[in-house]
Amino acid sequence: MSVPEVSGEPEPDRPVPRHLHTARGVGDRIFRYQLTATGVVVLGIMAAVGLFLLLRAGQALRARGLGFLTTAQWQPDVHNFGIAAVLTGTLLIAVVAVTISVPLAVGTALFISDVAPRGLRRTLVTLVDLMAAVPSVVYGLWGLFFLQQHVIGLSRWLSTWFGWIPLFAVDGTQPGEPLASDSVYTASAFVAGLVVALMVAPIQCSVMREVFAQAPAGEREGAYALGATRWGMIRAVVLPYGKGGVIGGTMLGLGRALGETIAVYLIISPVFVIQPHILQTGSNSVSSLIALHYGDASEFGMSALMAAGLALFLLTLAVNFTASSIVARSRSGAQSEA
Amino acid sequence: MTVVETEPARTSAPVTEPAGAVPPVADEPRRIGGPTRSGVLALCGAAASALCVAVLLFGQIAPFSGALGFTVTWYAAFLVLYAVLTGLEEDGQAVRDRVMTAVLWTAAGLLFTALALVVGFTAWRGREALPHGNFFTQDMQAAGPLDPLSNGGIAHAMLGTLIMIAIALAITVPLGLACAVYLNQIPGRFSRFVRTIVEAMTALPSIVAGLMVYAVWILGLGMQKSGLAAGFAISVMMLPIVIRASDVVLRLVPGTLTEAAEALGAPRWRTVWHVVLPTARSGLATAVILGTARGIGETSPVLLTAGFTAALNADPTSGPMVSLPLAVFNFVKSPEPTMIARGFGSAAVLMAIVLILFAVARVIGGRGPGHQTKRQARRTARASRRDIERYGDSNSPRGAENCATSHPQPAPDNGDSDR
Repeated sequence: MSVPEVSGEPEPDRPVPRHLHTARGVGDRIFRYQLTATGVVVLGIMAAVGLFLLLRAGQALRARGLGFLTTAQWQPDVHNFGIAAVLTGTLLIAVVAVTISVPLAVGTALFISDVAPRGLRRTLVTLVDLMAAVPSVVYGLWGLFFLQQHVIGLSRWLSTWFGWIPLFAVDGTQPGEPLASDSVYTASAFVAGLVVALMVAPIQCSVMREVFAQAPAGEREGAYALGATRWGMIRAVVLPYGKGGVIGGTMLGLGRALGETIAVYLIISPVFVIQPHILQTGSNSVSSLIALHYGDASEFGMSALMAAGLALFLLTLAVNFTASSIVARSRSGAQSEA
Repeated sequence: MTVVETEPARTSAPVTEPAGAVPPVADEPRRIGGPTRSGVLALCGAAASALCVAVLLFGQIAPFSGALGFTVTWYAAFLVLYAVLTGLEEDGQAVRDRVMTAVLWTAAGLLFTALALVVGFTAWRGREALPHGNFFTQDMQAAGPLDPLSNGGIAHAMLGTLIMIAIALAITVPLGLACAVYLNQIPGRFSRFVRTIVEAMTALPSIVAGLMVYAVWILGLGMQKSGLAAGFAISVMMLPIVIRASDVVLRLVPGTLTEAAEALGAPRWRTVWHVVLPTARSGLATAVILGTARGIGETSPVLLTAGFTAALNADPTSGPMVSLPLAVFNFVKSPEPTMIARGFGSAAVLMAIVLILFAVARVIGGRGPGHQTKRQARRTARASRRDIERYGDSNSPRGAENCATSHPQPAPDNGDSDR
């Protein structure tokens, strides 16, 4: 860079980075202020969501204290209410949904990024995006009128053969009794979870596919050059590279599954007891509780619903923050040198 | 990828070549990947024998009923048989590869079958209500639950959806795009913080957005439930989605373009207005359209904030208003078959709107940033020709020559490179 001074100066000038001076015109300054203002407004709106829920929920939370977390009943007008049952239901539905959707999403993402014929890939990506945009009420209708009757067989089989696991147990039926009523298997957390799984799988899939597609071509070719089969390459290169994307996508789907309202509301029949049997009829979720009770709530009841909404909000926020920090910290998405 | 075939072509070609008299054997490129005959045979064989196994086993292993059980049994048998058949002539690695490939095909197939089922089922059940013309022109004011489908319709819900989404777009498009530009153009600790919050809010439960507007607008300010409130609720839900999608698009704008603009002395706002935004236009349009598709389909924020009515209401500031998803939701809660048919009809209309929006987004956003349509390319070419003439008029003839050569067509790879 610098031409060496040969003249025998005792102390050559250390290269000092030139101070860059930016002269901003009036237009630019206004521009910057305006943009920053929109940033503040957006942040304000987002903060207002939490703030107003907290404000409105205050009354109910003060009245109930810690009992809010441990009570299963929902009778706000006699001050006996809590989210133990609905929160359990929400989590169970979300867990069922994620358990089903993650293998589907990972498989589809890998299929699109590595297996599908090249000409088909863009169409498939569009289809996945389209699936993510299908309104949730349509999924709910489908689950209620189509999927439910086809799932009963599966539910019965699961409860017959795996009923010894408490999760799959169903009260009111004997294992192996073929003539048990179908209705004990309908409107369960399992059916709701299945529908929600189909709703979140495309979202997870598009996150994962984006990360898988970024796996460095050099490393892929290296794996092939070492004699790996395609699956060997996927296991050695794509999956380790995309681990962050898989985890992040899973969490993102979990966040969506926790907050899903209408599809769950349409399918489950609400109960206010802690219902750990996912195959059995009756379950509940925070969002369907709100949708169910907002209409007939007194002022205090509304405050209680706000408290439930706040709990849901905090839960999804925690899940989302975890997801984004995992994605940001992993190697996924980093530019590769290869 | 695993296929290693012996090729006589390569070994025989050098021998025949020096002779010259014999026409040289065509040098066939080695096929890598793709289906081989034995692979296809193994696949078909496994499928066929799995079918037989399933027919034999079905009803014997468990009281597993319905088509679903049969398919699952068949699939499990198929995987095992396929592994065995492939194992007859390949090593373990290749067997695993083949089986996993089959599994990946299945996962994708399942997901896309589910999509087809959801869309197809809705359209199929909607067939009863859709042929009635009054379904699109009347509201439900005069139609009771027992009335036939030839009476009443969803005009009020379609109008409501239109008004609500217009309100939501009027809020989210300026605010969302400006915020996305902010995240990209003014880096710093604060904008990183805003980006983190926005990303966390992308999966904000929609009912919480509705609850927030309910708390602020209806309980806090004492307003009525109205279309305006529903529009606000949809905006709160759409805003993070639009910001995030546009942020991603803006990041794809090539740095060389903005640097060129800055090097020409353009202030930042001119760079953004004349270079960044036009370059990313198609992507931004896609982001907005996808956000719209999500916003149109949301039920729960509308459920809390819009109220419900059976009458046509074109005034978003007063009185309850209904949107399509909310109408679907209310129709199917009724036990009457005609109401359920109306619900499916509305759902089909909703699906159709989302599909159309998607198709539009695909047409607009199909190209990357900087890639222009033919018409846009012609327009920029015309603009640069005008510039050349302008320079030629103001400068000396020699200067005009220089300008003509040193003024490149903007985006030299436009037009055909994305084909």
